[in-house]
Amino acid sequence: MNYFPDEVIEHVFGFITSHKERNAVSLVCKSWYKIERMSRQRVFIGNCYAISPEGVIARFPELKSLTLKGKPHFADFNLVPHDWGGILYPWIEAFAKSRVGLEELRLKRMVVSDESLELLSKSFVNFKALVLVSCEGFSTDGLAAVAANCRFLRELDLQENEVEDHRGHWISRFPESCTSLVSLNLACLKGEINLSALERLVARSPNLKSLRLSRAVPLDALQKILMRAPQLVDLGTGSFVHDPASDAYNKLKATILKCKSIKSLSGFLEVAPRCLSAIHPICHNLTSLNLSYAPGIHGNDLIKLIQHCRKLERLWILDCIGDKGLGIVASTCKELQELRVFPSDPYGVGNAAVTEEGLVAISAGCPKLHSLLYFCQQMTNAALITVAKNCSNFTRFRLCILDPIRPDPVTMQPLDEGFGAIVQSCKRLRRLSLSGLLTDRVFLYIGMYAEQLEMLSIAFAGDSDKGMLYVLNGCKKLRKLEIRDSPFGDTALLMDVGKYETMRSLWMSSCEVTLGGCKTLAKNRPMLNVEIINEDDQIDFSSDDRQKVGKMYLYRTLVGPRKDAPEFVWTL
Amino acid sequence: MEGRVTYENDDLNLKATELRLGLPGTDETDDHEQAISTARNNKRPSPDTTDDCVNKSRSDEAAPVAKAQIVGWPPIRSYRKNTLQPKKTEAEAPGIYVKVSMDGAPYLRKIDLKVYKGYPELLKALENMFKFTIGQYSEREGYKGSEYAPTYEDKDGDWMLVGDVPWDMFMTSCKRLRIMKGSEARGLGCGV
Repeated sequence: MNYFPDEVIEHVFGFITSHKERNAVSLVCKSWYKIERMSRQRVFIGNCYAISPEGVIARFPELKSLTLKGKPHFADFNLVPHDWGGILYPWIEAFAKSRVGLEELRLKRMVVSDESLELLSKSFVNFKALVLVSCEGFSTDGLAAVAANCRFLRELDLQENEVEDHRGHWISRFPESCTSLVSLNLACLKGEINLSALERLVARSPNLKSLRLSRAVPLDALQKILMRAPQLVDLGTGSFVHDPASDAYNKLKATILKCKSIKSLSGFLEVAPRCLSAIHPICHNLTSLNLSYAPGIHGNDLIKLIQHCRKLERLWILDCIGDKGLGIVASTCKELQELRVFPSDPYGVGNAAVTEEGLVAISAGCPKLHSLLYFCQQMTNAALITVAKNCSNFTRFRLCILDPIRPDPVTMQPLDEGFGAIVQSCKRLRRLSLSGLLTDRVFLYIGMYAEQLEMLSIAFAGDSDKGMLYVLNGCKKLRKLEIRDSPFGDTALLMDVGKYETMRSLWMSSCEVTLGGCKTLAKNRPMLNVEIINEDDQIDFSSDDRQKVGKMYLYRTLVGPRKDAPEFVWTL
Repeated sequence: MEGRVTYENDDLNLKATELRLGLPGTDETDDHEQAISTARNNKRPSPDTTDDCVNKSRSDEAAPVAKAQIVGWPPIRSYRKNTLQPKKTEAEAPGIYVKVSMDGAPYLRKIDLKVYKGYPELLKALENMFKFTIGQYSEREGYKGSEYAPTYEDKDGDWMLVGDVPWDMFMTSCKRLRIMKGSEARGLGCGV
């Protein structure tokens, strides 16, 4: 029942920005659904195959900002063939035909062609922000089109994309009249860059707050650029190599002192450790530091740097910091909220690696820690139990023991109890990744305690279908489940088929599910796409249903089987 | 198709220890089953196996499985993996080639500074190349005991005595080398 005119309700809705809340609001009644849909400006689509672009436009005609995700998460680890899908072009085509005034596009794991970038750049007059994360399929030609045609571009953010670099002077395609840039992230580009064009671009962008350079930008060019942008808040350096006795280096030191606003620092894609003292003066202001792409910085230099960073809230680093280094982080960075420790040598044994000791130290020293990604050589139950006691605030806990089925090296027991302690203690846990030797027991704990869990990643774990069933039955808020190399089969898969419509997606690879099981699941379920990825023709569609399925990806959808599935993807 | 065969006692599962590259599931189903079952068995330390037994089977089979065969493990984004790997190729990156001239020699040579780890190696190489002897280096007197002195032109165009600055700095600032001879050489040494 509405006692207020629609305009008032719409005004109130303007204060509700989270997708979840807006979704909830739209379910209250028809009238609220209508008001909400006409006023929603930011739309988030977690799976681009869950709905068609026309469907999105029909429901949200006033949308200005679109976020789209394509390939399943395990595509990051080469488990999904290249041309699986997640293609952007049809979306741009549909939006271009409509009257939607698109201003922002954020994409993750999608295939983006130069044609789609060009069409995008020419179709939306007010286009302001393009963010591409882990995408592929485009070259600097596509970027040139965006630079040349998007007159009011504020944000061009390229994160970890595979970009074909044609070495054209695409940066020069930004017209002289383009002065609106706020954020420019070029870190993933591999080719040469026209340095003077870049410098001029920075010089005419007074609002530039975030700038991340590529490897091709040397230290002396960095100095010139920083002279033009002392107002930067977020800086990613390119190559940080120079003779510390040289003029250029001394100039840089002086210039950096002028950059009093820098709070976030990254890059150092190439680095001469002796040059690092230039950045010590700004360390005390840093809240975010990403050195995870700087293998050239060794333990001691890392520690020297971090000792200056007392305000750090986010730290991404390589494991060459070692347990001792993490101890220094624990005693220095009391405001730390997010920590990611990546392996510098993923396949070696690694003297430089970290162990459970480092994690325990961090948990003891950093009370605000809530987000963790930790690649380590080993982990013990005792350590995990201690971490759980010290830190009950985890919302994201991802642990990766480099040897995937390693037990507790002290007791030789599985790590069930350790992870059990984590889920029991961290009542707000939303994302969890497991590793190490694990039995069904850990899943019993997860099903019992992880009430807020939305995403779970499982590899080489469990003994039987019971494991998967504990999770499916217990985790009411589960949205994404991804499993590889675990002995879960048809019984678990088929126990509660309705569950999958409450989730975004399920990935199972190298498990025990059979073709027959997948077919049964797909039967009479128009709201689910059950896709089998059949590489190398390992499965003959007409043959035995008892055949194990190598890779299965299922997701809920409003639009049935997708029409762009390649030959090797079967929708059952 | 054989059904669910258990491999509890199949300790000599040679197929599973075979090193091969391939996606999980690309082999025939029964091999795949075997590998998984065996891995399962090795994972569960059953009550009557000793620690030794678990360790042994782990190191025999799980280690090669972990390191050589597993696609997509550890779970690192390919972008990150590809970006960090160039650490190795940096060693193969183009060298720092500089011209070397020797007073009185009819033609110049070229050497790659990256090849040498420090001054002693470089000087020895020069001695071999041009068949001469360099004297003893000291900060005060330069190269004493020989009529030759190794010099280099730096980025500012000045001629400097080799050996005064740290090796890394020398590598980045050296534009060319010249081995001076005779009275000129002695002049640099500030001796009489």
